[in-house]
Amino acid sequence: MTAVNDDSDIAISVRGLDNRFGANVVHQDLDLDVRRGEVLGVVGGSGTGKSVLLRAIVGLIRPHRGRVLLCGEELARLSGARRSALEQRIGVLFQNGALFSSLTVVENIAFPLIEHCGLSRRDAEQLAAVKLALTGLPARAGTLYPSELSGGMVKRAALARALALDPELLFLDEPTAGLDPISAAAFDRLLLSLKEAFGLTVFLVTHDLDTLYTSCDRVAVLADRKVLVVDTLERVSATGDDWIQSYFHGPRGRAALAAAQQR
Amino acid sequence: MAIIASRGSPIGEALRPLPCLSDNKWLIFRYDRPQTAKQTPGRIASDYTLRIRPRHRLTYVNIKLIGHRHTLTTLATKDQQLFAGTLEGEQTPAGWTWVIRGAWTLDYYRALPTTLPPGSHSPEALDLSSLAALDTAGAALLGTLVGPRQLLALLDGANHPTARHLGLLRMVAEAQLAEPQPDHRRQRWLDAVEQLGILAASGWRNFLVLAGFMGQALATLAWLLPQPGRWRLTALVNQIHQTGLNAVPIVALLTFMVGAVVAFLGATVLANFGATVYTVDLVAYSFLREFGVLLTAILMAGRTASAFTAQLGAMKVNEEIDALRTLGTDPMEVLVLPRMLALLITLPLLTFVAMLSGIAGGAVVSVLSLDISLTRYLAIVQEVPVRHFLTGMAKAPVFAFVVALIGCLEGFKVAGSAQSVGEHTTSSVVQSIFAVILLDAVAALFFMEMGW
Repeated sequence: MTAVNDDSDIAISVRGLDNRFGANVVHQDLDLDVRRGEVLGVVGGSGTGKSVLLRAIVGLIRPHRGRVLLCGEELARLSGARRSALEQRIGVLFQNGALFSSLTVVENIAFPLIEHCGLSRRDAEQLAAVKLALTGLPARAGTLYPSELSGGMVKRAALARALALDPELLFLDEPTAGLDPISAAAFDRLLLSLKEAFGLTVFLVTHDLDTLYTSCDRVAVLADRKVLVVDTLERVSATGDDWIQSYFHGPRGRAALAAAQQR
Repeated sequence: MAIIASRGSPIGEALRPLPCLSDNKWLIFRYDRPQTAKQTPGRIASDYTLRIRPRHRLTYVNIKLIGHRHTLTTLATKDQQLFAGTLEGEQTPAGWTWVIRGAWTLDYYRALPTTLPPGSHSPEALDLSSLAALDTAGAALLGTLVGPRQLLALLDGANHPTARHLGLLRMVAEAQLAEPQPDHRRQRWLDAVEQLGILAASGWRNFLVLAGFMGQALATLAWLLPQPGRWRLTALVNQIHQTGLNAVPIVALLTFMVGAVVAFLGATVLANFGATVYTVDLVAYSFLREFGVLLTAILMAGRTASAFTAQLGAMKVNEEIDALRTLGTDPMEVLVLPRMLALLITLPLLTFVAMLSGIAGGAVVSVLSLDISLTRYLAIVQEVPVRHFLTGMAKAPVFAFVVALIGCLEGFKVAGSAQSVGEHTTSSVVQSIFAVILLDAVAALFFMEMGW
């Protein structure tokens, strides 16, 4: 096979991105590449626009300037069926889960399957039950409504919905925020095993240092309206910037590093 | 016929990058000459280069043979090995081997085999060497067909699997094994009876809860009255403004029009008896005794009970009510009593406005189309005994109490989600209108028996 696909190892490419809300400039001339098959952790202080970047990449906000290429295609320029087709190749886990509150968990997961793959309700719900089990939720959770779930279960159910169409790109917005340490560690392991099995490319916005150490191949640091540095965790934490130093070498950073080294 | 990727890479690897190709890029791989020449259209020489132009996910719409302009669509769909997956049983020295071929993915889900042919033997070995593409949907289907336990046992000895396929199959099979899927409950006819029973029981429970809530509100009120320092006058005045003053225009307009309609109705019917002048009595009696208070209460049920439910429900969703409790304040005292007292004050006042406005509506019709002068109209109205006004007014505080408390109670019943707020708002309007009309009917019977 000779694949003529020169930049196929870049799954997401962001070039010259400007985001602003009124006079508030969030990003200016931001560049970022995410390689196929890697887990990229995105960190930054509060208000540095991590979630805004995620929303701009998946096309929920239209950037002021700049281009975002997903798998070589510019989502903002596509329309109708083409846009929908590209959107089916990405899965997003929102910070609070964003499960549809009027549907049960299984119906939430089956929704994209019924909408886009024309599966019958029975087939879709059977598949949804498998996805549910993949994310480690018991089958009886499937018949519950989102308001009846605990925080950790909501995250898992939302992950199952994000994975419903077997996406290539997975976007996670603070997946372990609000989880207890045991659930958070289980979520990290789950993410890694799913990534291995599906060959997922993961864009992970997080504050959780343990998640960074266990899951991420590379880390991007957002500061001053752009990406300060993107590299492996060792190299990023060795960067001389003040914020990075206090982030990775503060008490919590050292503890997470020690925990990672013990593993 | 088989499409074989050159340089020894299996089809699976050729398929994998496809979904991520952009429209202006080509994936090129080679097409070796098929074994059976009969099935090939036209002249096909040995080595072809195919261009696959993906449009959606794995599509084969734009497959063309360069130089011949044959689309491969028909050929490709015939070729089960590359496209929709198949399952074949083969008797080999190792026992029954299941050969799994093609793409077992969501895109082909509807073309995949979902049941086994009758009499098929369960597998003793798996051949995954021709498996072209696999995702969770396909893996789940294979897990169901083979049986998750059997699949896990056979995976180790499977023939030429790729690491990713193995990992995926193992993961899905373990997930299927971990939790048996719940069997779907079928709807039966008797379910209707069950629903009716549930409805009746929950109706009775609702009534008990409402009665309890009313008692609680009265007890809090009795405890609060001797402590003027705790009266929340600002909240009370604010609620009076919202539920009373702001409602005056709509109440006045609505009752004015109903008064006019009643006058027309009376004129039409009473003209047959030559008793047109009694239209005035009809309007006056009906508005003083019934319509004034009833229309106002129904309007308040729609306008205020729903507002109370939505306000308190939103606070409940936001955990504000729990916060109040943890701060040592009683939500009943802070939230419910100001609303209840405000409505107790405003609903009688609005009822009075409604009575005046309805009688004014009747006056306009009488003066303009019945040739009854305004002085005569007012003289007849003045002859109406005052007890009719009092029986009407007496009902207003009762209605206010019920409407306010149903609105607040439904707000407290909100649980969890925004949808719940909507459901309880609807329920509060329905319940309070029902309660108002029911109480009015009971009161009408009572007053009639008493001769008031």
